[in-house]
Amino acid sequence: MMTTEPGTGFLASLAAVDDQAFSGLRARLADEAAREGLLDVAYRTIDTPVGELLLAATERGLVRVAYPAENHDAVLSALAGRVSPRILHAPARLDAAARELDEYFARTRHSFGLNLDLQLARGFRLAVLEHLTEIGYGKTASYAAVAAASGSPAAVRAVGTACARNPLPVVIPCHRVVRSDGSIGNYVGGTDAKQVLLDLEAAA
Amino acid sequence: MRLHDVTVKPFEQIVDEHGPAVLRACRAMLAPADADDTWSETFLAALRAYPRLRPDSNVRAWLLTIAHRKAIDLHRAAARAPVPAAAVPERPATYGIPAEPDTALRDAVRTLPPKQRGAVVYHYLADLPYHEVGKLLGTSEAAARRSAADGIAALRTIYQADHQEAAR
Repeated sequence: MMTTEPGTGFLASLAAVDDQAFSGLRARLADEAAREGLLDVAYRTIDTPVGELLLAATERGLVRVAYPAENHDAVLSALAGRVSPRILHAPARLDAAARELDEYFARTRHSFGLNLDLQLARGFRLAVLEHLTEIGYGKTASYAAVAAASGSPAAVRAVGTACARNPLPVVIPCHRVVRSDGSIGNYVGGTDAKQVLLDLEAAA
Repeated sequence: MRLHDVTVKPFEQIVDEHGPAVLRACRAMLAPADADDTWSETFLAALRAYPRLRPDSNVRAWLLTIAHRKAIDLHRAAARAPVPAAAVPERPATYGIPAEPDTALRDAVRTLPPKQRGAVVYHYLADLPYHEVGKLLGTSEAAARRSAADGIAALRTIYQADHQEAAR
């Protein structure tokens, strides 16, 4: 906002900044930042059948996929603290991720070929994520089975936590992990979203 | 508790919150093409330095200081290498063109003495408090306040004269 004090209203015409010019400058900043190696985290959003997903990538690869329920602003703030505050809305770096996710939701893609940056997961949680990618499209596995595959059969609850904190839901298929009794269990995007993904894969 | 958990805003939010004000300042100080280049260079430089910015800094003042220095560099470069004009450019008409009614006002801002121009632009167009304007211009808060008042008075005279002319 511009300061307005009595008798200075005539300055208003100098305050006009048109939106189109400003978005042009923002796009230019994102391009130049990427070229200069200053774009540590690029992000964009995409519309999907499970809501608007936030996609964020470092120079190494896709680092975060987030559901609306996670609050995109909060997710970006967390990325600023944990990865880098050099974060800009810059769709270009996420073209491939957006395209592959579109294909996945259109049922024409069964696996992702994207570079992933798994720096947000460490230790056992990272090991769990690596095993999740072994559960094939349209298949499911129980939390207990994933715990066993990760080398800690007793760590069933820890597998649940690892799934809940999966930094790359949909792309790393934590939605394919269900309860041993056959009920679908919790999901970072909500149980409705989990059901949509499981139905989508079952129908293909 | 981890010390590095101090909240740092994503730079995109800095662009959101301060981008328009810095652009207003650039456009009031410089010709349009130079203004856009200066804005871009300012935000690129700010992005580079952003992780090292102290958390208690006034971000608006920091950005305007970068823009201010770049604008000065540009003025100096232009002064060093004067380009002879083939003909004296005509002053654009300020009446009968509704889309650009205040070219004269814009020109007038650019011809104010530097301290007055800085005080008017940074306080009135970029919303910086006077004590920050003073720091930026290397003067006191009181001096920044006086420069702004003098600048506003000069601009109002030009503006009124211009609009009376247009009304005739």
